Amino acid sequence: MLDVILSPQFMRIVLAAVAVMAFIAANGLVLVYMERKIAGHIQRRPGPFEVGWHGLLQPIVDAGKLIGKQLFTPDGADGLLYWLAPVVSFVWVLPLFIPIPFGPQLTAFEMDLGIVLILAFSGTNLLALCMAGWGSNNKWSLLGAARAVAQSVAYEIPLLLAILAVAFTSGTLDLSNTVKLQGGWPWQWNIALQPLAFLIYFICALAETNRAPFDLPEAESELTAGFHTEYSGMAFGLFFLAEYANMIVVCAVATALFLGGWQGPVFSGVWWFLAKMYALLFLMIWLRWTYPRVRFDQLLNINWKWLLPLSLANLMLTALLTKVF
Amino acid sequence: MRKYIQQLKDLKSLIVGLFITGDNLRKSTVTVHYPRQEVHNLASFRGPIELLPKPKNPTQPRCITCMMCVSTCPSGCITVVKHKAPKPSAEEKQAMAEAEARGEKVAKPKAPKTPKQFLYDYSLCSLCGLCSEVCPVNSIGFSSDVYMVCRRRSELKLDLLARLKAKADREGRTVDEVA
Repeated sequence: MLDVILSPQFMRIVLAAVAVMAFIAANGLVLVYMERKIAGHIQRRPGPFEVGWHGLLQPIVDAGKLIGKQLFTPDGADGLLYWLAPVVSFVWVLPLFIPIPFGPQLTAFEMDLGIVLILAFSGTNLLALCMAGWGSNNKWSLLGAARAVAQSVAYEIPLLLAILAVAFTSGTLDLSNTVKLQGGWPWQWNIALQPLAFLIYFICALAETNRAPFDLPEAESELTAGFHTEYSGMAFGLFFLAEYANMIVVCAVATALFLGGWQGPVFSGVWWFLAKMYALLFLMIWLRWTYPRVRFDQLLNINWKWLLPLSLANLMLTALLTKVF
Repeated sequence: MRKYIQQLKDLKSLIVGLFITGDNLRKSTVTVHYPRQEVHNLASFRGPIELLPKPKNPTQPRCITCMMCVSTCPSGCITVVKHKAPKPSAEEKQAMAEAEARGEKVAKPKAPKTPKQFLYDYSLCSLCGLCSEVCPVNSIGFSSDVYMVCRRRSELKLDLLARLKAKADREGRTVDEVA
């Protein structure tokens, strides 16, 4: 037992988990600031401005406010589910970062089935939403959870098929290898080979992370706040962090799978990965402040009538072409 | 089939939308950081209403106490107190009685048509401007006092006659200073 704990692989994972925690927290702060600033400037107003230089300290003040708030269990709530949900939501985000190759050396743990691990663990966030929706004893929460289930189940299929198409072309499920097989210049990236798969992946990623225009599980105008209506303080904060962490994960996976990961035309390294990841995150935020929320039937129609057939056709074509050439 | 082709064509609008918001993102902000900056077009703002003075007498309002503003105001925030007609003295009464006995027409003394008090509750006012619209002598306008603050509700009950006088005093002084 002791030799397992002291083994370099185990220590590496433990260190990675700590680093991932810090990374999520730091990026959460950056993303909150970025989201509010971009939202502001798109609406021709300055966004947060008063706390610190150009409102730079606003996320820290927000975090302090969230930590300081009272935690509150609603009447008739299922206490265990209710309090377990935010923890489950956040904890299962951590393993998602383990196979992501941030740099040539900066991978927590290289594994052959990295993508499978990410896809497997990303489904657990849905469980957390379900627990939150059911445990809150609130009709909005329950409706939000029901929507989350229908949406996630639907959009996971084209997401998987899009990733599978990339796996076909590169012949590996290892994210580090996928990155190494691509080149530094944009035409050497997988997006040049699989533009449709990238598009489908990105749309599905928006839906999977419950981002606008697919933010139906927490639609403010209809469901107050959806599954996290009843949560206050840091319980809400954990959901919030998990949402941003999930955004980072989907953008990181997109970067590794489609955009050449840490490889760039010059000075390949972790900065290229972060730059591409943040470009995608910026696009996600930009989309959120551009498009109105879709209706639920529209949401499912986009998936079943467009994304699923397209991704299937894409996969077929990819399989055929990889067999021929 | 045509429906699906139309849906594909509609995808263009998504790109157009992104360009519109992207364009706004690039442009400078239009809001004003209040304590550090102030608006320059204060005249187009609506402050609490004020009485407008007569052209030749800056301390006298144009108001003729017709009570149109009072009856029109939807939130009932204006109170106008009229002057009472002066009571004739005993000699005047007797003179009037004698004149009436002679069969002459006697005009009773009339109340002056200026307001005795013009009270305004800014805490009720919604700045709709109906009072200034109905005023037949154009005696009510919006002030540019939009930064007004106070500590308690009662301070929002304004005596507009006093404010008119204060304003006239203030402006008179500035005129003197300039001269």
